[in-house]
Amino acid sequence: MTDKTIKVDYLARVEGEGAMYVRIKNGIVADVKLKIFEPPRFFEAFLRGRSYLEAPDITARICGICPIAYQMSTVHAIEDAIGITIPPSIRELRRLIYCGEWIESHALHVFMLHAPDFLGYPDAIQMAKDHRNLVQQGLDLKKLGNEIISLLGGRAIHPINVRVGGFYRTPAAAELLPLKERLQRGRAVCAEIVRWTRTLPIRDYTCEYEFVSLRHEREYPMNEGRIVSNRGLDIGVRDYDAYFEEEHVPYSNALHSIIRGRGAYLTGPLARFNLNFDRLPATIQDAAREAGLAGRCVNPFESIIVRSLEMLYAFEEAIRIIDEYEPPDAPAVACDLRRATGYAATEAPRGTLYHRYSFDENGIIQDARIVPPTSQNQKMIESDLREYVAPRVDMPVNQLRAECEHVIRNYDPCISCATHFLKLEVEREP
Amino acid sequence: MVIGLGNEFRHDDAVGLIAARRLREIGIAAEEHEGDPATLMNRWKGADGLILMDAVVSGAAVGTLHRVDASSAPLPLELFKSSTHALGLAEAVELSRTLGTLPSRVVVFGIEVRDVTAGVGVSPEVESTLVLLVVEVAKLA
Repeated sequence: MTDKTIKVDYLARVEGEGAMYVRIKNGIVADVKLKIFEPPRFFEAFLRGRSYLEAPDITARICGICPIAYQMSTVHAIEDAIGITIPPSIRELRRLIYCGEWIESHALHVFMLHAPDFLGYPDAIQMAKDHRNLVQQGLDLKKLGNEIISLLGGRAIHPINVRVGGFYRTPAAAELLPLKERLQRGRAVCAEIVRWTRTLPIRDYTCEYEFVSLRHEREYPMNEGRIVSNRGLDIGVRDYDAYFEEEHVPYSNALHSIIRGRGAYLTGPLARFNLNFDRLPATIQDAAREAGLAGRCVNPFESIIVRSLEMLYAFEEAIRIIDEYEPPDAPAVACDLRRATGYAATEAPRGTLYHRYSFDENGIIQDARIVPPTSQNQKMIESDLREYVAPRVDMPVNQLRAECEHVIRNYDPCISCATHFLKLEVEREP
Repeated sequence: MVIGLGNEFRHDDAVGLIAARRLREIGIAAEEHEGDPATLMNRWKGADGLILMDAVVSGAAVGTLHRVDASSAPLPLELFKSSTHALGLAEAVELSRTLGTLPSRVVVFGIEVRDVTAGVGVSPEVESTLVLLVVEVAKLA
């Protein structure tokens, strides 16, 4: 019977530092671990004792790829606590800056991190030698996403213009217009990219997932909605802690999330797409059908198609917002402080990002909880690896290792985000 | 074009950013760049020459100043392997070379660092090397 160990000490083309370990004993998968050894980063502890006004600038530092997601979940949670309702134009600007983040994050993953798996290259540099235009298109699309973030956020990495109640400064309509033409060109390129993803050699494979994402009454979800799943979960964000829990495993510096009593689940583009296809505009639904996805996608290897569709949607949505934009009367709504706890979840590029804050009557944060998508997906990644390897135990080690890495990259894991958490219990394996 | 790289809030890792500030103080145009190297590639597109300054951890004595000419050969991975980003500096330089957007002359200065934990302020050995780095870049810029 087959005995072998498949190891990758440093996973390539993921954000942050992690390793993979798969042990096969007597032809059966005996152990699977996604080991996250990037050091823990204690952000929840940093937040204690800081003013609620500082929170969005602190949490933006958790991730260089998805700082907007952190800022959005932060400001919405604090606004929930103090009972602020933001005006429609501020809401639209927040959705616009989120579109920028979806574009830059998805472009990075689709072109630089994921495409080499399908086209058979070790990295984007080797791929660029044969597919120069493709890589250049990816970088150009990513740049457009960064431009949206720079314009609204003040700069592309760790933006500084988002605040509780709105923004520090909001743009005049004329400032947004020059971007529109470039976004229209980006949308056209992106539509071609969706068609290109359909031509990739994507393996035939399906998984049974419990998908979890936000669901809004009208929109494809970004900033708000109820938390729903395809197995009947339908809760308000305030009930998150009652339905989900995090557990520590000794080999990882990131917590594993589960739905209480049910176990692993999947959040991210695949979950959003499956749970919210009816919320996409007809143009994007048509593009999805043309790409072979009629509202349902249970093949994680097809996530590259779904990310491209979401990127296309983000371009379309950004253009719509610029077209309809009317500047708010004031860049931010005034805040009346009170001792309170607030909750929010928004849809980061990699999935649902939950935040909870408690602060005192002076707005000093007493307690913070942050649950990023990669923590939530860790258990599902391990489950996917187990399922994938089980019928392939006799495959040559090198091939199996490469395919396992591809399985992990289907998730676009962001390990830097996953290690933001508070407590580290040091337990060393002998 | 001169670009200093690093993270402001990771002690010695800020060395490239600090060097850029000191160069500006003596009248040399130098930019600071935090974060994603993929964005960095857009910055140097169209420049004739490029000087990059970044922190490295290669095992050499802290404060060692490495100088690498990357005009025609890749950056040595033993010096520039330490990025935790999806795309590191060495990859960004090579990708740019492949795409034909890398300036014709590229010099990369790497400063050997020790402390990249969260916080501000650089180690004394790194501080001493900053003086040397500014002089060396000023000669080239």
